[in-house]
Amino acid sequence: MLTAILVIVGIGIVIGLTLGWSAIRFKVEGNPLAEKIDAILPQTQCGQCGFPGCRPYAEAIAKGEADINQCPPGGDEGVKKLADLLGVEPKSLDESHGTPKPKSVAFIDEQTCIGCTLCIQACPVDAIAGAAKQMHTIIAAECTGCELCLPPCPVDCITMVPIAEDLPHWKWKHPVIELKRVA
Amino acid sequence: MPSPFILDRSSVTQIMAWVLVALLPGIGAYVWLFGPGILVTLTLATVTALAAETAMLKARGYPAKPFLTDLSAIVTAWLLALSLPSLAPWWLIITGTLFAIVVAKHLYGGLGQNIFNPAMIGYAVLIVSFPVQMTQWAGPLELTSLDSSGVHLTLAQSAAVIFGSDLPKATLDAITMATPLDVLRTGLHQQMTGVGFEWLAAAFLLGGLLLWALRIISWQVPLAFLAGIWLTAGFLHFFDAGRFGAPWFHLFTPSVMLCAFFIATDPVSGATTPRGKLVFGLGAGFLTMVIRTWGGFPDGVAFAILLMNVCVPLIDQYTQPRIYGGARKEPRA
Amino acid sequence: MSRELFTFKGGVHPSGHKEASNTRPIHPAPLPKTLVIPLRQHIGNPAKPRVSVGERVLKGQMIAAASGAISTAVHASSSGVVTAIDEQPVPHISGLADLCITIKTDGRDEWIPHAPLDYQTMTAADLRLRLRDMGLAGLGGAVFPSAVKLDPGTAQTCPTLIINGGECEPWITCDDVLMRSHADEILQGTAIMRHLLGSSEILIGIEDNKPEALDAMRAAAAKLDFAVEVIAVPACYPGGGAKQMIETLTGKQVPSGKLSTDIGIQVFNVGTAHALARAVHHGEPLISRLVTVTGHVLRPQNFEVLIGTPMHLLITLAGDREGMSGVLMGGPMMGMPMPDLEVPVIKATNCILVKSDALFPPLPRALPCIRCTRCADACPAELQPQELFRFAKAGDFGRAQEYHLFDCIECGCCSYVCPSHIPLVDFYRYAKSEIWAHEKDKQAADLARERHEFRLFRQEREKAEKAEKLAAKAQAKRAELTATPAASGAATPTEADAKKALIAAALARAQAKKAEAAPQNTDNLSPDTQHEIAEIEARRAKILELARQPLESEEKT
Repeated sequence: MLTAILVIVGIGIVIGLTLGWSAIRFKVEGNPLAEKIDAILPQTQCGQCGFPGCRPYAEAIAKGEADINQCPPGGDEGVKKLADLLGVEPKSLDESHGTPKPKSVAFIDEQTCIGCTLCIQACPVDAIAGAAKQMHTIIAAECTGCELCLPPCPVDCITMVPIAEDLPHWKWKHPVIELKRVA
Repeated sequence: MPSPFILDRSSVTQIMAWVLVALLPGIGAYVWLFGPGILVTLTLATVTALAAETAMLKARGYPAKPFLTDLSAIVTAWLLALSLPSLAPWWLIITGTLFAIVVAKHLYGGLGQNIFNPAMIGYAVLIVSFPVQMTQWAGPLELTSLDSSGVHLTLAQSAAVIFGSDLPKATLDAITMATPLDVLRTGLHQQMTGVGFEWLAAAFLLGGLLLWALRIISWQVPLAFLAGIWLTAGFLHFFDAGRFGAPWFHLFTPSVMLCAFFIATDPVSGATTPRGKLVFGLGAGFLTMVIRTWGGFPDGVAFAILLMNVCVPLIDQYTQPRIYGGARKEPRA
Repeated sequence: MSRELFTFKGGVHPSGHKEASNTRPIHPAPLPKTLVIPLRQHIGNPAKPRVSVGERVLKGQMIAAASGAISTAVHASSSGVVTAIDEQPVPHISGLADLCITIKTDGRDEWIPHAPLDYQTMTAADLRLRLRDMGLAGLGGAVFPSAVKLDPGTAQTCPTLIINGGECEPWITCDDVLMRSHADEILQGTAIMRHLLGSSEILIGIEDNKPEALDAMRAAAAKLDFAVEVIAVPACYPGGGAKQMIETLTGKQVPSGKLSTDIGIQVFNVGTAHALARAVHHGEPLISRLVTVTGHVLRPQNFEVLIGTPMHLLITLAGDREGMSGVLMGGPMMGMPMPDLEVPVIKATNCILVKSDALFPPLPRALPCIRCTRCADACPAELQPQELFRFAKAGDFGRAQEYHLFDCIECGCCSYVCPSHIPLVDFYRYAKSEIWAHEKDKQAADLARERHEFRLFRQEREKAEKAEKLAAKAQAKRAELTATPAASGAATPTEADAKKALIAAALARAQAKKAEAAPQNTDNLSPDTQHEIAEIEARRAKILELARQPLESEEKT
């Protein structure tokens, strides 16, 4: 009996020490799960999820503090990918955080712009070039379409322009095979 | 609609029609050996299958053309009919066909979507549910002729048996017998060969070779299936020739030949890669012999095929062929 | 002659219909009134315009220059005036417009001064630059800039050079008639390629359904001072594909995801070799090409066509007929339907195939896949098309990629043999373009993430710098203030006094600045402008007020 107890305790100690050592030896810096979630998020940095950017939202999901359906730019596809990653059931987008919109970029009407720099301060990806009392302009290639520059603009000179389909962006459509009568 | 804008002349209907044509020698041999009763069985199964197919297509909102005219339902019906005992009662035929078409085919999504071979599902359901009726075979001509002149039941008499057992009990007993495998199982091995079953097998083989010549079936599945049977049977026979039948006996049973060329080669529920087809055939052959030898049913073909159907996605995934200019590496799971 | 040939797996044998157009001689197409010349005719970056609207250009003048490593120039096909540089319909299945230069021709067809290149004395790099400026691109269909392909790279040489006269697509005969009539020039081009690539083995593969072309090429090859093997290969679609031609002639397969140059082989179309000879020996840039106009027309034949000629002109020239049901650019296996017949002939236009319901009956409706694997037997890339179809249809693009979707050459063999008549290639094109779009989205997301992180870092840094600066300033002020009283022997001021002094100093500074900041350049303006400025000033003041609020609250948090 005593031997049995000693053996079990001994095993316990050895395993415990191994675990403790591994925890130090193989310590993971940062949160790999948040990293993976962040990789799925569209990086619009729009804050519609209620967090100041994609990374904080990813961290909140990883901690279980936020739901996976709060990202309208990611759309249902994004929710599905998050659900796959986290092994949970996909759900539909939470409408209270907004609805998906066609991909757009901001456009500044340069006639109306007064050069107040408010939009520059609002832009999460520094995609607006300009300086105080100078005309501002959007670097379209870097604009994520987050719309964060719209509310601060005092003269409402910023509009969202949907990205038009051109040859380099043209996509083949899903082929239609009509197997059954469409009602 | 983008390119290509030309097609060769093949079609699903054409493939199915050739399968039906290739079954004709087998049916001819069947009639010659067992009498014209099979024609009643085939007709009944065909009518049931077409009715069930029409009803299911309508229920699922699919047009009758081209889905009904693709002949796939008739192929299923014929394969099932040829697997049933001759002179099987009408309700057995109808039940099996309905199950094959309604459940195994349409409830799985119709043409191209069924993961199990519909005819074999029909057969399996029948043999599990009605083992007695499914193992009573009208014997070949030599054994079952009502009189010694060697004339078997006429078409009308066969129909009568199928639809209601009008014949006296004694006659019925006289014309039914166990399958050769049952006979083998009960110890009367080897005596049954040479009474006609192998001619039926040869007729199926002939039809199968026609399909192969037309490139409708590939060589891998039949060859691997027959090899699986032959190797397993040979192995068993080598160790205990007294208990286990000779490999040639097993190879030339009609069910094996029918399966090798017409059932195991069903593309929808079978493996698709060249190596996968070999694995599928070998596995089905091996399982057939295992079930024949140790299983509770007289023949293992149906269950072997269904078991291998389950393995198809796995087989396909692990037998992906090397691509043009590719390294020998399969895609990950 | 007796070279061992290899066979590639798969392939189909559609009927050729070559005799429809290959018996008539080549006709030069007439000069159209306007030429619409797209800037994106080749693979890679579109060319950049070098002319302006209203400018007169000469035949052969470069009107747009190559931009970037993989690109090539575009030239005026005839003399005239540039009337527009804008988006015009281009020969693309989408029907979308793209940047084009429109030239109103003056009918004089006046050449820009041009002279042959002495390629043997030029350095290889110089010659390649010249070829790039002459707009050379592969004329077999892929339109890859030739100058790039003529660079053997770090390997210094490319041992095997294959000239591809396969032309396996049904109906198309432009390579066939080119070989029949211009065999010598094709071989002159081959000699230049050999010079640039340092090749020791030169193979010319021609499908055996073109006996006249084979004879002409053999006769021309016999006159050369270096060894060229002209080889008849069995006709089998897509035997004219570069990878298939390589396997047929050498038995080697180009490793998946690599280029043929990685195994020391380079392949050029016969048309490209001809264009190269014209460029080097005559100094003519690529401004025209042979185009087969065939199918449902009265006189199917090959035309020598200026790049930018509208397609309908050629159909009229070949004799249009009633019952036209569509027009393809390319052959029936890989060609693309043209949304509009106004679109111009480009460097990729090898064939204009006019369809009719009799020649090309509408495809029967598709049935579900029965997994018969005829497609797999026909696939020259040795893929499993039925699996790719399943994944593409289900949107499982990751699995499709694992099953080597990107090794698909879109030859159409799988669709051709499919007994269920499924447009398989369509599904692969769809899946590919979705994957490319995803890839682009991912790149955009990565860029956004990087920029967002940098912004956060920048804000932190600015805050830290500001704090540091303020601290340093405060220190300096304090030192100054403490120094003066200490010198005059007064009592040491308290901390509060120091702060007060600081504030007073700041206030004084601000006041001084305000007085200084009077408008300087608005004194001598018209009353209208004055009024306008006053309005703007008022708006600014209002905004400043508005702006202060969020900023202040932000600072507090």
